[in-house]
Amino acid sequence: MTIGGLIVAVVALLALLAPWIAPYDPTSIHVQDILLAPSWQHWCGTDTLGRDVFSRMLFGARVSLAVGLVAVGISLIIGLILGAVAGFAGGRTDAMLMRTTDMVLCFPTFFLILAVIAFLEPSIWNIMIVIGLTSWMGVARLVRAEFLSLRQREFVMAAQGLGVSPLRMMWRYLLPNAMGPVLVSAVLGVAGAVLVESGLSFLGLGVQPPDPSWGNILTEGKDNIQIAWWLSLYPGLAILITVLGYNLLGEGLRDIFDPKMQQ
Amino acid sequence: MKQYLMRRMLGMIPLLLGITVISFGMMHLAPGEPAVVGNEFNPKVSAQDIERLRTYYGLDQPLYEQYWHWLKRLAALDFGQSFSADGRAVLDKIRERLPVTLWINILAMLLILIIAIPIGVASAVKQNSWFDRGMTIFVFIGFAIPSFWLGLLLMIALGVNLNWLPISGLHSYSWQQMGFWEQQSDLFKHLILPVFVSAIGGLAGMSRFMRSGMLDVIRADYITTARAMGMPEITVRYRLALKNALLPIITLLGLSIPGLIGGSVIVEQLFSLPGMGLLFYEAVLSRDYPLVMGITVIGAVLTLAGNLIADLSYAWADPRIRHRSEM
Repeated sequence: MTIGGLIVAVVALLALLAPWIAPYDPTSIHVQDILLAPSWQHWCGTDTLGRDVFSRMLFGARVSLAVGLVAVGISLIIGLILGAVAGFAGGRTDAMLMRTTDMVLCFPTFFLILAVIAFLEPSIWNIMIVIGLTSWMGVARLVRAEFLSLRQREFVMAAQGLGVSPLRMMWRYLLPNAMGPVLVSAVLGVAGAVLVESGLSFLGLGVQPPDPSWGNILTEGKDNIQIAWWLSLYPGLAILITVLGYNLLGEGLRDIFDPKMQQ
Repeated sequence: MKQYLMRRMLGMIPLLLGITVISFGMMHLAPGEPAVVGNEFNPKVSAQDIERLRTYYGLDQPLYEQYWHWLKRLAALDFGQSFSADGRAVLDKIRERLPVTLWINILAMLLILIIAIPIGVASAVKQNSWFDRGMTIFVFIGFAIPSFWLGLLLMIALGVNLNWLPISGLHSYSWQQMGFWEQQSDLFKHLILPVFVSAIGGLAGMSRFMRSGMLDVIRADYITTARAMGMPEITVRYRLALKNALLPIITLLGLSIPGLIGGSVIVEQLFSLPGMGLLFYEAVLSRDYPLVMGITVIGAVLTLAGNLIADLSYAWADPRIRHRSEM
């Protein structure tokens, strides 16, 4: 988990400081420097318009992390609300909400995302919203399970006996205790969102050029596969390391929370 | 067993209906209407003509009526006509592309089973050995690796630099002139990379799952008893433990179907394979809404079918469920 945390921190730092540490402007075109191999001047080479790939990757980190965090935020909000209501109310409301969750889960997620993006324009905000709208199901199930089990605990029954209103109950008593697995899910969710965003950008349906994203640098990599291997190697490596970092962090967090839950 | 099947199929109906409702809702997310969009700024088309077009397409009816008509046509498997230039029936277009996607996904699932199960078992049996640790690293990387990146790297290494494998399409140029066996080997060469890239995520997940399942089973009491009663270790491991650890694999395989189908978009686009995923991608790019919705619905139905098959196989394989339902 420490490795994961370290990776996450480093990537976040690089992303935050990108405007200051990037050696070149990620969007400035230098036609004389097209498709240069990695060198001391250009650590990851240049792309088809002579832009420095390393700088573009730094700014791409900002994009990927932003999408990851906002998308997970949206999915958390929806999932928490729906899961809390389902777990707390129980009965018919619960059954109805779970049915809806099952229905949305039937769709292959990527198809759903692509279909919605087909109907809207590909833009960074739309991607964030769409990914958020298609990943709340896991959180909802998790929260619901936690609430269902927490409802039986004594402190909840005591609060009910004291006449605490349902809203306050959920907010003050149940939610804080359910946050452990939710945090794990959120961290892993960021990893997933980064993968989806880069996949969408790779297909040309995500972040549009000239805005840099790891995915759309890889698109150029594919188009120039015979002559510019660096366009394919480095951005994908960045994606791998970032997602790996979040996965390791999430798994580490899960190990922390699990034994505790069994007490 | 039959009762179980019946119950499951009945349970699927509300899900199918829900899928159609959600799909219909998504279709109407699209800004603008089909009748208006193409004709708004066309000076030859009067406002009355647009109204007539709307009536013709039934767009002036209330939403729930439109939904009902759409549902009736869906039931007759009429997905409408593609918006694209050829205007062919959506169903036909899907039908000719579906086999490629199905084949690749089935082969990917087979690959996952063949490789992940032995790896998982070996990791469990040799827990904490170098092999186990190495496999854990492999699993984590497999989870984190973007499939299109892996595909690109393999294409560069094996296709461009070493020229061992072709990097796009299903057939080589000289396919027509090849003999039967040559054709099969050509197909094989074209499919290795896509199937492998499709399978890598599922492979990582499945081997980890197999490992933890096997570990759980190995610790069970009946295993200790069998050993104490003198059963040879090999029999204990591979006949007792393995069989019981295998059961949840079927369910997991069924659950990985939506991931495989979704992933096929990227893999088919990367390797230029004429499958349903690539068709979907092209439809999205050209805003061919009937085709997009048709494929989405079919994708969801395939997912449901996959889950059903997984559940049924599990019920069949687990004697407890099989016999309980017969009582």
